[in-house]
Amino acid sequence: MSLEAMRERLRDERGTLDMLPYPALLGLTFERDIDEVRLRLPFDPALIGSPERLHGGVVAGLLEFAGLAALVLALPDDAPLPTLKPLTATVDYLRAGGMRDTFAVATVMRLGRRVANLTAVAWQYDHSRPIATAKLNIILAAVSESEPAG
Amino acid sequence: MSDDAAVDPEREARNARFIQRFMDGVPHLKALGIGYQAHGDDWAELILPYSPSLIVDDGVIASGAIFSLMDSAAGFAVFARLKSMAGHATLDLRLDYLHGPEPGVTIVGRAICYRLTSSVAFVRGFAHQGDPARPLANMAGTFMYGGAA
Repeated sequence: MSLEAMRERLRDERGTLDMLPYPALLGLTFERDIDEVRLRLPFDPALIGSPERLHGGVVAGLLEFAGLAALVLALPDDAPLPTLKPLTATVDYLRAGGMRDTFAVATVMRLGRRVANLTAVAWQYDHSRPIATAKLNIILAAVSESEPAG
Repeated sequence: MSDDAAVDPEREARNARFIQRFMDGVPHLKALGIGYQAHGDDWAELILPYSPSLIVDDGVIASGAIFSLMDSAAGFAVFARLKSMAGHATLDLRLDYLHGPEPGVTIVGRAICYRLTSSVAFVRGFAHQGDPARPLANMAGTFMYGGAA
């Protein structure tokens, strides 16, 4: 499963997330220390959604991936990863995302057996002036667990 | 899919081509392959064709790409309701992912701007893969427009 590949990559202190097509398309990279993993979205003209602004969906995608990375690192290292399914994502857009690199960090507020609750924040030149925050809920399903009826 | 009583197909097709050209000029819509489907007085429908470049896990399209589709459809619905391309900005947007998207199938994103105040546009919508009765994501959001944007 490709999230295992992402966990493997996150064992390094820094690197890219290009083992998965969508984060590769965004160009996401990461830097990790003991406390947290920080994602970087390098500016690219293909990320623009309106004149001189990042597309809101790009910022949401960055925040969701910061959440996924934080959750993968918060789960026990010695057990197989459960299937992680996004359940809800609520993004507050605080400032326009300009044509520069964007960073994001997520915090696991609660890690339950079946659901994880996270918050994430994205900023550009100043961590104290975030451009967006997100509340993310992610379902954890054991690999053997069957899909709930849609 | 038009609400208008008298529809001139040629005019419709011309409008659709014009809107698609405009969207092709938006870099991130082009990068994701998001296209125009239809719109009315207060709603818009965009499509996200399946692409291997949007996968996040086991052939499944990244939720971030669906978020981009719905944010774009919501913004378009606000344009449609305002009858203006005046600047507006997403204030908040929430997606509930109801079930995983089917690999290989185009995703349709439909949004309606159901209320306007002097500075805020309220939007809701959903994403589906051919059967609107079985949405894969539900969306609710607000936009600021005019001087506030």
